[in-house]
Amino acid sequence: MNDVWQWDYAFEVLPGIVGGGLWMTIKVTVLASILAYVIGLGLALLRRSDLRIVSMVAWAVIEFIRSTPLLVQLFFAFYVLPDIGLLFDPVTTGVVVFGLHYATYAAEVYRAGIEAVPRGQWEAATALSLPRSRTWTKVILPQAIPRVLPALGNYTISMLKETPLLLTIGVLDIVGVAAEEGSQAFRYVEPITIAGVLFLILSYSASLLTRWMERRVGIAR
Amino acid sequence: MIRFEDVGKSFGPVTVLDGLNFTVAPGEFVTLIGPSGSGKTTILRLVMTLEQVTSGVITVGGEYLSHMERGGRLVRADEKHQREVRKRIGMVFQQFNLFPNMKVMQNLTEAPVRVLGKSRAEAEERARELLDLVGLNDKVDAHPSQLSGGQQQRVAIARALAMQPDVLLLDEVTSALDPELVAGVLALLKDIARTTDITFLCVTHEMGFARDVSDRVMMFDGGKVIEDAAPDKLFSEPDHERTRSFLQAVLERG
Ligand SMILES: Nc1ncnc2c1ncn2[C@@H]1O[C@H](COP(=O)(O)OP(=O)(O)OP(=O)(O)O)[C@@H](O)[C@H]1O
Ligand SMILES: [Mg+2]
Repeated sequence: MNDVWQWDYAFEVLPGIVGGGLWMTIKVTVLASILAYVIGLGLALLRRSDLRIVSMVAWAVIEFIRSTPLLVQLFFAFYVLPDIGLLFDPVTTGVVVFGLHYATYAAEVYRAGIEAVPRGQWEAATALSLPRSRTWTKVILPQAIPRVLPALGNYTISMLKETPLLLTIGVLDIVGVAAEEGSQAFRYVEPITIAGVLFLILSYSASLLTRWMERRVGIAR
Repeated sequence: MIRFEDVGKSFGPVTVLDGLNFTVAPGEFVTLIGPSGSGKTTILRLVMTLEQVTSGVITVGGEYLSHMERGGRLVRADEKHQREVRKRIGMVFQQFNLFPNMKVMQNLTEAPVRVLGKSRAEAEERARELLDLVGLNDKVDAHPSQLSGGQQQRVAIARALAMQPDVLLLDEVTSALDPELVAGVLALLKDIARTTDITFLCVTHEMGFARDVSDRVMMFDGGKVIEDAAPDKLFSEPDHERTRSFLQAVLERG
């Protein structure tokens, strides 16, 4: 039982890590990314509101969430919110907390993308009397969003690598499942190595995708 | 058609326009000339509502642009009021400002469909006519980035015309073009000026064009119109020394 690496044991734990943990990591990352991209865009637009109170609140939300650790937010949602009657299952809590946290980063990315659209585009839209809403949806965002997709992709990769934090609220991602398998057999080398390799594969494919987007965006311009 | 009454415009501490008065009659082609930084672009941007006056009043087509009447008193125009008046005004920019994410056709139909409420078919038919007019009927499906500067500016002119403006503002529309493309765009504008009853307010350094096409030329300096005359008069025997030296300098620059 003392070989450095035992293939039998590795193959025994692999299905559990892939079927349970990998699936959970992907599910949380994808759902939380969608949430982050949508809410992030909303925050970026609110941040630009002509109503000062609205833009101030959006700013405060962004700054507050960005300057507190993800783990604190996770604990807050998991342990404190139920006390005031807001009870979600752990996976939902994880997705929402990750989504909101990264939404604030996404908001900054969108902001930069929106500001990179030349002022002349706004002015041409005004000269054509296009309504504000139409200017956003047909002129500004279609130019801003393709440029920021690579940056958003990088945040998805960060998020992916932070899913092990979910262990703290009882959601088992790749690392969570691997650690559990390890604790049952008192042998961690294989499960933890497998977890590392799975993360490597995931991050690497995600970054290939991001680079592909970067090139596409480069061509489009 | 356009009236400036005692218009002042400052950017912070910098006063650009100071008690400016002038009118442009319906159908008239008026050219503004004057030294760099004197505020010519600012005048056009005020008419396009891209800037707001600091003092004074602007009217377009007999309607207040900078202001509106409320309860018998004249108050600053709000966005809603300006949105209405703005529909009568179009502008062609030095940098074209086509929408790069849209094909030529959509550049020309987006606003007529959304703002004028035309049907898509109607707007597309009109767009094809206008592309014919500007000599680009083979570029309907091109993206702006696939066009030369001169072609982009022709599309921008067609796009402005598609909104059937009463007033068209031209801000150095050939300054960003390669020299060999300038003449074509100017000839097109001359043609449009002759065949439509659009009122033009134009800023240009192309003195030959200004002389050829304008009904009136205004020499503008120090925030004021210092000379306002028919082009032949202003270019051959200006009354003011300042106009003379400006024209001299422009001629020498080529
Ligand atoms: N948004 C702004 N903020 C501050 N100053 C401005 C702004 N826009 C214009 N100005 C100033 O107002 C003055 C007039 O500018 P304007 O662009 O109207 O000049 P112009 O006559 O069009 O010059 P040119 O022939 O070089 O285009 C300049 O001194 C310029 O620096
Ligand atoms: Mg100018």
